[in-house]
Amino acid sequence: MWKRVTSGAVVLFLVGAAAYASFYIAPEEKTMRVIQRIFYFHAASAWAGMTAFSVCFIANLLYVWRRDEKWDSLGVSSAEVGLAFITVVLITGPIWAKPAWGIYWTWDARLTSTFVLWLLYISYLLLRTLIEEPDRRALLSALFGIFSFIDVPIVFGAIRWWRTQHPAPVIMGGPGSGLEPTMRKVFFFSVLALHALMVFLIAERYRLEKLRTDLELVRREAEAL
Amino acid sequence: MKSLDSVFAAYVIGWAVFFAFYLSVAKRTATLRQEVDHLKDSLNRGK
Repeated sequence: MWKRVTSGAVVLFLVGAAAYASFYIAPEEKTMRVIQRIFYFHAASAWAGMTAFSVCFIANLLYVWRRDEKWDSLGVSSAEVGLAFITVVLITGPIWAKPAWGIYWTWDARLTSTFVLWLLYISYLLLRTLIEEPDRRALLSALFGIFSFIDVPIVFGAIRWWRTQHPAPVIMGGPGSGLEPTMRKVFFFSVLALHALMVFLIAERYRLEKLRTDLELVRREAEAL
Repeated sequence: MKSLDSVFAAYVIGWAVFFAFYLSVAKRTATLRQEVDHLKDSLNRGK
């Protein structure tokens, strides 16, 4: 219990410090001015969401290989958490787009592939509610999760392969790209803070899934009596 | 000024999503824990 409270407090401190740094430490960007501060939350959430989907992908592969239910629990936990992060990305993006581009949404490569990613993981979670038998549910959702992950590299590459509305990458964007040093530090601190939040949420969601497995065991035991 | 409102809106809505997700996990965990305890009690009484 103390371990959970302490880790929750650490995560809260990190995300609070990241928000403070985004508003008060990062310098104001010359073209977009104050609205650019959404970047530290929007892009860091996207990175954390992609990491959560990567964890889901690895857990799905391990489930198909080992057929151990702990990998199924980790898969669904990280998929749900990844979905929460990508929901934040899809909300904060249009809020930033309106003052910057004059429109909330456009079907450009990055925005569309991110929306498709959100739909794919919604489908992954819906699929799990449709199958009653636990082993079949775990296997089919693991296979669907592996398929869904195909979109993650497409989201990453969309702004590198196709030049549409979304800005070009400022991190790992090649020559000519980059961030002012203080902005870079604040961004990577935000990435760290949101990854800490992601790990905390996955751990909490994993506990719930373990409890669900326990409940199924106790139910089977009760039915056998 | 309008831009600053947008920045605050983005942060507030974003944190609300994370908070709502955490609350939903906590609520589902509490409900399941109650159910597990209840079933365990029933099983122990039946033994």
